Amino acid sequence: MDDSSSFDVVAAEPLDDIMQKIAEHKGCGTSSDGGKASCGSSDGPDDMAPEIWEKVKNHPCYSEEAHHHYARMHVAVAPACNIQCNYCNRKYDCANESRPGVVSEKLTPEQASKKVLAVASTIPQMTVLGIAGPGDPLANPAKTFKTFELISQTAPDIKLCLSTNGLALPDHVDTIAKYNVDHVTITINMVDPEVGAQIYPWIFWNHKRVEGIEAARILTERQMKGLEMLTERGILCKVNSVMIPGINDKHLVEVNKAVKSRGAFLHNIMPLISAPEHGTVFGLNGQRGPSAQELKALQDACEGEMNMMRHCRQCRADAVGLLGEDRSAEFTTDKIMEMEVSYDLESRQAYQNAVEQERLAKVAAKKAEMETLAQEDASDLKILVAVATKGSGRINEHFGHANEFQVYELSSSEGAKFVGHRRVDLYCQGGYGEEDALETVIRAINDCTAVFVAKIGHCPKDTLSAAGIEPIDQYAYEFIEQSAIAYFKDYLARVKSGEIVHVARGDADIRQGAFIEA
Amino acid sequence: MAYKIIASQCTSCSACEAECPNVAISEKNGTFVINPKKCTECIGHFDIPQCVAVCPVDNTCVIDNSFPRYQAPGGAA
Repeated sequence: MDDSSSFDVVAAEPLDDIMQKIAEHKGCGTSSDGGKASCGSSDGPDDMAPEIWEKVKNHPCYSEEAHHHYARMHVAVAPACNIQCNYCNRKYDCANESRPGVVSEKLTPEQASKKVLAVASTIPQMTVLGIAGPGDPLANPAKTFKTFELISQTAPDIKLCLSTNGLALPDHVDTIAKYNVDHVTITINMVDPEVGAQIYPWIFWNHKRVEGIEAARILTERQMKGLEMLTERGILCKVNSVMIPGINDKHLVEVNKAVKSRGAFLHNIMPLISAPEHGTVFGLNGQRGPSAQELKALQDACEGEMNMMRHCRQCRADAVGLLGEDRSAEFTTDKIMEMEVSYDLESRQAYQNAVEQERLAKVAAKKAEMETLAQEDASDLKILVAVATKGSGRINEHFGHANEFQVYELSSSEGAKFVGHRRVDLYCQGGYGEEDALETVIRAINDCTAVFVAKIGHCPKDTLSAAGIEPIDQYAYEFIEQSAIAYFKDYLARVKSGEIVHVARGDADIRQGAFIEA
Repeated sequence: MAYKIIASQCTSCSACEAECPNVAISEKNGTFVINPKKCTECIGHFDIPQCVAVCPVDNTCVIDNSFPRYQAPGGAA
């Protein structure tokens, strides 16, 4: 059992109980971090129409608030692609790879269906199945829709979603609607073909390879048409955009307006992942990705227009689990084919009901703290803080064990707002730290004023303080947002009294590579 | 003559299999292969060989010189 057992809060217990019962029922062990719950955001039921809330409330990719409670999985049934992107290299594929779009095992629709049942029976908070490649699901329509058909028959409570480049989308919208696929993600990196020509060397269209501006023109027309057709049918659309500095970074504001006006629900601007060893065109020609500050500035600029997704982990196309974790190694084809699977809708429902209770408790705690903040002297000051957490919406991870930090922006107007996450290499392995790794962590959260942890050693504490990042362990195991707002009140008071001077922080690094559990 | 797939470069993405008008392409030992007896180099079907056009790795679907060039029935092409 890990540190989550030391929670002194009642609300976390029912989840653990249910996980334990499920584990006993199945006669197998389960990881002890089943009690994951929310860290919350304003993406709650107050902000949206009830029918949309029903669709997104347990979708980890569509709701930031949900992504701490609910898990998703991707199945790699669709390897073929109909376009070429300069940030993708289809040649490179091995088990150690951890970029989006890369996968170790291809599955048949029948294998995929079995895998979904196996995962859903083991992880009751797994609510969403996505098909996201490594190719394009709609360039493999037979395999994609066969998979959806099999799963909708055996596991009707699981939400289906797919992620596409959009080229073939208009041809398949009616089929998407027929299989009740209610979430579609389209990757849209441009609406200007001249920009597109720098991103897409070619598309395969009407039995021909089309290149350059003409290819980008066809692609953007098809993407916009497909988006319009989906939103007309009430299918929720998320738009993913890859931010490529010098190519489409400024242009993505136009993309944001274009997709917003066509009814897209959420915009996810992701940093380019680009390294020479990936063998992509951008990796080889030295195209850099954005810094944390550049990414946040663009997300902030687009936020007034529509919901921005900031919790994307750019996961692998065969990822399994909560965002930020990857349990795919537990569910390889060999293992799932040997599993005896019984789909237990009832225990899944019981677990999910308990999750809903935990979410409500956390939202109430945040609201109460926010009301006390409103009474303080308002200030225009904004700071970022990093949080070491392994879920549950709590500060429950040791500094040295964190492989990512969640970043919150604190302000008088909005309280604590989730603005992203920073992945770091494991700083502490086997109980002793490594200096290089600590430097990596500091670079990753260098824009933060403080870091909230459950526990931290003296040495890293001193190094962090010297770097201007205040280590905070006094809120160990408390709710994140409630604690962050309390800290911010204290911070403002200390600035006001002259005890400390507010100093603007510098930029931070974005680590390359998709998230994979270390 | 026919096209062949250089196995060491094949990513096994399957894109060519669905595009081949002659159903000449199938998976074998983890990569895809072209049956030279069925391949017509897409002559009579399309302007360019479909496997070449759709393959994500350039120079992977190439002419197999161990076969004579395909002749369309009636001596066309």
